Amino acid sequence: MAKLPTPEELLKIHYNPPQDENWMDKPAELKQGNICWGAKGKNLKIVEFPNARDWSPVEEDWKLPQDWEGTVLEAMADRLSKYRSFKIFMDICVRCGACADKCHFFIGGGDPKNMPVLRAELMRSVYRKYFTNSGKYLGKLAGARELDLGVLKEWWYYFYQCTECRRCSVFCPYGIDTAEITMMAREFTNLLGLNTDWISGPVANCYMKGNHLGLEPHAIMNSVEGMVDDIETITGIRINPSFNRKGAEILFVTPSGDLFADPGTFTAMGYMMLFHELGLDYTWSTYASEGGNFGLFTSNEMAKRLNSKIYAEAKRLGVKYIIGGECGHMWRVLNQYMDTWNGPADFMEVPKSPITGTVFDNAASTKMIHVTEFTADLIKNGKLKLDPTRNDDLVVTYHDSCNTARGMGLLEEPRYIINNVCNKFHEMPDNTIRERTFCCGSGTGLNASENMELRMRGGLPRANAVKHVTEKYGVNTLANICAIDRATLSASMDYWVPGTRVAGVHELVANAMIMTGEKERETNLRGEPLPGKGGNE
Amino acid sequence: MKVVLPFIAVVGLALLALVGVTVAHQVEFFFGVIVPYAAVAVFIFGFMYRVLQWAKSPVPFCIPTTCGQQKTLPWIKHDKLENPVTTLQVVGRMLLEVLVFRSLFRNLKTEMKDGKIVYGSEKLLWLAGLAFHWTFFFIFARHFRFFFQDVPTLLRMMEGVDSFFQVGAPLFYMTDAVILGAVTFLIFRRVYLPQIRYISLASDFFPLFLILGIALSGILMRYIFKVHIVAVKQFAMGLVSLSPVIPQGIGAIFYVHLFLICTLLIYFPFSKLMHMGGVFLSPTRNMANDSRMVRHINPWNYPVHVHTYEEYEDDFREKMKKAGLPVEKE
Repeated sequence: MAKLPTPEELLKIHYNPPQDENWMDKPAELKQGNICWGAKGKNLKIVEFPNARDWSPVEEDWKLPQDWEGTVLEAMADRLSKYRSFKIFMDICVRCGACADKCHFFIGGGDPKNMPVLRAELMRSVYRKYFTNSGKYLGKLAGARELDLGVLKEWWYYFYQCTECRRCSVFCPYGIDTAEITMMAREFTNLLGLNTDWISGPVANCYMKGNHLGLEPHAIMNSVEGMVDDIETITGIRINPSFNRKGAEILFVTPSGDLFADPGTFTAMGYMMLFHELGLDYTWSTYASEGGNFGLFTSNEMAKRLNSKIYAEAKRLGVKYIIGGECGHMWRVLNQYMDTWNGPADFMEVPKSPITGTVFDNAASTKMIHVTEFTADLIKNGKLKLDPTRNDDLVVTYHDSCNTARGMGLLEEPRYIINNVCNKFHEMPDNTIRERTFCCGSGTGLNASENMELRMRGGLPRANAVKHVTEKYGVNTLANICAIDRATLSASMDYWVPGTRVAGVHELVANAMIMTGEKERETNLRGEPLPGKGGNE
Repeated sequence: MKVVLPFIAVVGLALLALVGVTVAHQVEFFFGVIVPYAAVAVFIFGFMYRVLQWAKSPVPFCIPTTCGQQKTLPWIKHDKLENPVTTLQVVGRMLLEVLVFRSLFRNLKTEMKDGKIVYGSEKLLWLAGLAFHWTFFFIFARHFRFFFQDVPTLLRMMEGVDSFFQVGAPLFYMTDAVILGAVTFLIFRRVYLPQIRYISLASDFFPLFLILGIALSGILMRYIFKVHIVAVKQFAMGLVSLSPVIPQGIGAIFYVHLFLICTLLIYFPFSKLMHMGGVFLSPTRNMANDSRMVRHINPWNYPVHVHTYEEYEDDFREKMKKAGLPVEKE
């Protein structure tokens, strides 16, 4: 494994590309520390993906199938006819460069092929060669080039260095979304068996076992049992969540990362405490035990196959509607894809909060609401007893997840909640939040350990903004509503802004929430003494 | 190469027209009638063909890029223009985009200062782009006075505004100065800024040089090598009434101007200039973020192989029972 350079070393970034070269003539160098291991054959086999075999990106021979060029070009023709976005985005870029310095990987690394426009040109150059007349006849002069092994390796290298965060799309005068292009590139590479182990493993797990981590039913129960014990220790209240229960009013789906490791588990405890306090008639499912969808990082079809479980389980259990937990790309999927793939969800009802009576018309078709929409409504209607001073040791800032911000517009709900459960909240600079938010640097299945340099580079813009508010306001907590953020920002904070904790919004809610019949709380969910309860001031 | 070649191409095209009409007057028919008709035909049919080709591909998913607060609880202010849910709101968003380049207005400059990344406002590209496109439109519209026997009031008003400062004779158009400045800036930044130069292709320089050539030849024609304006109008009226005439003594510079315009029209449908049509079809901008409210249909949606609950229970039944989970089959 490549050694991770120090922050000082990583900060030596050059933004100006060499002027005496044409990028088309410069093959990609697959740098250790910037690449994930290749997908394992056994995982590809489980989901019936083509060319299942073990392979390694650092070896010369990628064990490609016969006529792989033909496979890719055929797939390209097919996707061009199926997706207007892809076709338009291949044709109308004017290379104005507004996107050039908007990508976190470019800002943190300076590799010119990480400028969104050039990343897309890697694909466009091939498109021009085979699908346009100017490219066919004028070749390189028209920005066209042939698809060969060098280009394929370049694709693999750079399209698995894009987190599909869509920040570039915000600034593009035509809304060209590199995520759409990256998604196509990943579809093509998957036809050749070229994915990464960190994506194909979770996909296979999710397909067979219901969640990315491969937690089997009893393991989920054990994990939750452990959290229930912790909650009892902290609050004196024994809660009793149910699983796979038919006839429950609500199905709750959250990313499995919340059940697995800190700090996600604190967020999961937060949901459970909240729902218990409300007396909500809800159930978890071990079959649909994943809100996230790593299938989205392989192909449209795989994403649909994994997502199918949520509606199928809602139907089997006979719930009225679904609440979804804090997760980033899960909400891109649920907002923009789920109903189209696996709807109509006509066997459910339009979500209506049993506590406040609020009807969520904005989820009239999907029948699925975000937990922060649900909780913000509770707080607004005065249904929760809150003591924000319990969070007084936390100076909080909020990180918008790319997908909830740019694929949905969920901006105010989490802020409203945080402002009601914490006394100390400070925004990061305007150019780094809301729709301009920065990716954690490790989304779309990049949160492996062998590509740590890439992740830290990609995480730099986010961390840099956190560092700014840390120095200015003493911020020590980075709140967010994404399981990948909770997992990966922790590493990035340790590296760039040590001492900053990462927390889900519902962890903060549960800390502040006064539960009926609770004992005098001494600690927060992490077992740390509450402010004023043990010299932690 | 990618800068010089397009430059040479444009100069070559201008010379071709210039030499053509000076050495042999019968070629005027070619440059004055055949090429313009061909160019307009290629432009119209090419443009339509391209747009239809795009429109043929469906929009399977609802994928707007949202740049503001979603429509949610009634007490949370919904950003109607940046995160539209109705058609009217989408139209509003598109108008902002097309008329004032809203997304480009957001542009930032990212810089590294003492190990810190700072973001500053960057409005030059937006300003130059806006100036370029709007003056182009004004100048284009102004030319319609050649196609009307009686010039409509609106066109007269536009001219009046454009020559507001009443400098010189003939009156100096402000738009002429602005478009020269804007195009020059756009070329300059492509050459000067290292990142932009790196990403630029020959096809980025060619239309800029071409438009610069058109503007320059037009200005030369109006202010310096004056052409026979009555003859130009006669010529233009002939073209639009489909009974072309080639009046004598218009002046060679006119044919240079016309030929470069025809080249632009012919080049248009085959190039990135199609962003003019494409911007309206961009799914990330022209869709409403209503996919949780209304079901969006994918026309090519097809059933996929899934791992059903029954199969899942078969795999884990004993473990589920042991853990106290309900099962369908004992």
